[in-house]
Amino acid sequence: MSKYATVRVKDNMYKVMGDFHHLTPNTPIRDLNDGGKLVGVTNPREMTYIHSYGGEAVFFESLSKGKLMATRCDNPKCEAKGTIYQPFRIHCMDCLGKNTVIDMTDIAKKTATIHTFMVCERSGAFNVLHKPIKFINIEFEGVSTILMSYLAVGEPEMGMRVVPIFQTTDPTYTILDLAWVPEGTKKNKLPEGFSF
Amino acid sequence: MIKFSEQQLKIPKLMRPVYLVTAGQSKFDRAFPHKRTEELCVDALTQAAEMINLTPAELKRHIHTCYYGHFADHFGDQLLGEAVIHDRLGLDPLGNIGIKTGGATGGSTLWEAVKAVASGYSDCVLAMGWERMDEVPTDEGNFLISCAADKDWESPLGHIYTGYYAVMAQKYWKVFGKEEESFRRTMAEISVKHHGYARFNPYAQAPMKITVEDVLKSPVVAYPLRALDACLMSVGAACAIICDEKTAVKLTKGTKNKPLRIWVTAGSHSLRPADRRDMEIPLLPNETAKQYKDLGERFPGGERYPGFTGFLAARMAAWYAYRMTGIVDPIKDLDVIELHDAFTISDIQTYEDIGLRPYGEGRDYVESGDCYHTNPKTGKPGRLPSNLSGGLIGCMHAVGATGIMQTFEIATHLWNRWAEIHGDEKRWKAFDRKKPADWTDLQVKGAKRALAISHAGVGSHVTATILMDPDHLLKKDA
Repeated sequence: MSKYATVRVKDNMYKVMGDFHHLTPNTPIRDLNDGGKLVGVTNPREMTYIHSYGGEAVFFESLSKGKLMATRCDNPKCEAKGTIYQPFRIHCMDCLGKNTVIDMTDIAKKTATIHTFMVCERSGAFNVLHKPIKFINIEFEGVSTILMSYLAVGEPEMGMRVVPIFQTTDPTYTILDLAWVPEGTKKNKLPEGFSF
Repeated sequence: MIKFSEQQLKIPKLMRPVYLVTAGQSKFDRAFPHKRTEELCVDALTQAAEMINLTPAELKRHIHTCYYGHFADHFGDQLLGEAVIHDRLGLDPLGNIGIKTGGATGGSTLWEAVKAVASGYSDCVLAMGWERMDEVPTDEGNFLISCAADKDWESPLGHIYTGYYAVMAQKYWKVFGKEEESFRRTMAEISVKHHGYARFNPYAQAPMKITVEDVLKSPVVAYPLRALDACLMSVGAACAIICDEKTAVKLTKGTKNKPLRIWVTAGSHSLRPADRRDMEIPLLPNETAKQYKDLGERFPGGERYPGFTGFLAARMAAWYAYRMTGIVDPIKDLDVIELHDAFTISDIQTYEDIGLRPYGEGRDYVESGDCYHTNPKTGKPGRLPSNLSGGLIGCMHAVGATGIMQTFEIATHLWNRWAEIHGDEKRWKAFDRKKPADWTDLQVKGAKRALAISHAGVGSHVTATILMDPDHLLKKDA
């Protein structure tokens, strides 16, 4: 009986439990136009990876609490002092100093607009978003960089004012816990598990 | 039979002198649950800057192109991780490229970086290597590493590289070890030495005070290789700054780092040892054909070269490197070396490939005490100390970073900064490691020339990195 893979950290080390990989027998690949001669084999493989967010962990934890965190360089000797980064950057790209983590939820609620967008009809394996996926790039006032995310309600347009929503119920602790809806969207229109 | 043409045996020549100016590295460990790879790379680059009294921002202004060593995309489940690191280091829009040659990735990254400066394309380049090997449990890690073997012919046979080295160990032990228990103990002594030296290295992952008996009682992974015969699986980053003469002088002015001349050469051989055809031994400057005429008589079974007992790629890397730099006898001409001790057996094989001892007599490098910082038999300095960092067995094997870590280590000896860097209480504390009460200064006194060997699984790629104090060159036009 397989057991779901889980990981905990203790004493700065990973403690793993359960099954991280499953072995399924391979099968031959045969050429039907050539008397069923052997061509190759399938290589079935399922593996669970362990991934550390490192200094970005606070960003993903905060999404589950309805907060959008960014970072800012506060190094007085850095030419880029005061620059705010969203996506969240652990280190300043200029001085490589550790950035200050800031809460920019209010900035996002008041100033987010769609910089560009696209509608994705086909996705790759392992996608969990409903299709078509409305990818949007969001810009904010006073923020140096542009965030990639998705619009959960309505149709995107360049310049559209949007507000963030957060999957605070059963969060995935991934970037998918953050989505956006057009400004003025009613609470009852939000996807299950999401809130403003 | 492999035969080389005259063109293939051309002695490499750099178009202008190239220098190692500074280097840095992160802490190495089995896992970093609280750090992303980019954070480790920032740690390495920050140390490189601090070594020459610069801020990272000041150092970055000099960098023109970037060479990134990262072996296994599938380990971190991140394709093109080099682009992520380049962005996070704030080095866009400079040109960058990823390099991967298995376990030799770090050495190959330096190889490319040196050529970029030698050609005149760049005056200052960053060579940065890293590996993230904690995103899968160890058994899956062994599987992912084994994907570097031939996927149809070898990988499915156990999915573990220790096995591919174990067949070499069996053959070598029978032919050159003459099935003596003493040979097995010499192999174990290498592990004792490397785990022991790791105790004095704050960056090292596996400091251990162990005995030969401990090694011989450790669990068998693939007989005769046991857990303590094997290298580590690590996470970490290391970097080096490579420059032309003018930039090197400018960047090191008023610092403790003297620019060091650097050369890197490379060799390769089939991924599959079973495919390695018999051939004549390419001779190093300290060897003669005559000395190998009766090799098969002295060591029955040893007449086949390289067979399962030698690494032709290592021999060729040394063949080019020694002639390029004027080295005749590495024991006399070099002061300190770092070898790619993936396994205790491959360490011994490499002693012969690079001419520390003739083929068949590698064990003597350990048994004589020459390989130690202080020869345990004489109490005098070892003739050519190796792996004072702890090597891959005691310090780390974060694959893409390994060859650069080795170069960092030998450079600290040539800069006479080994004790300052490895003995710094603040560093031990920052790494949350306890400096041992018997911490020992392993600085090789007066070191002027050094070598690092970077090696990919079963010797498919090997590089030789040579550093020299520019005032102690062996060949004027090198």
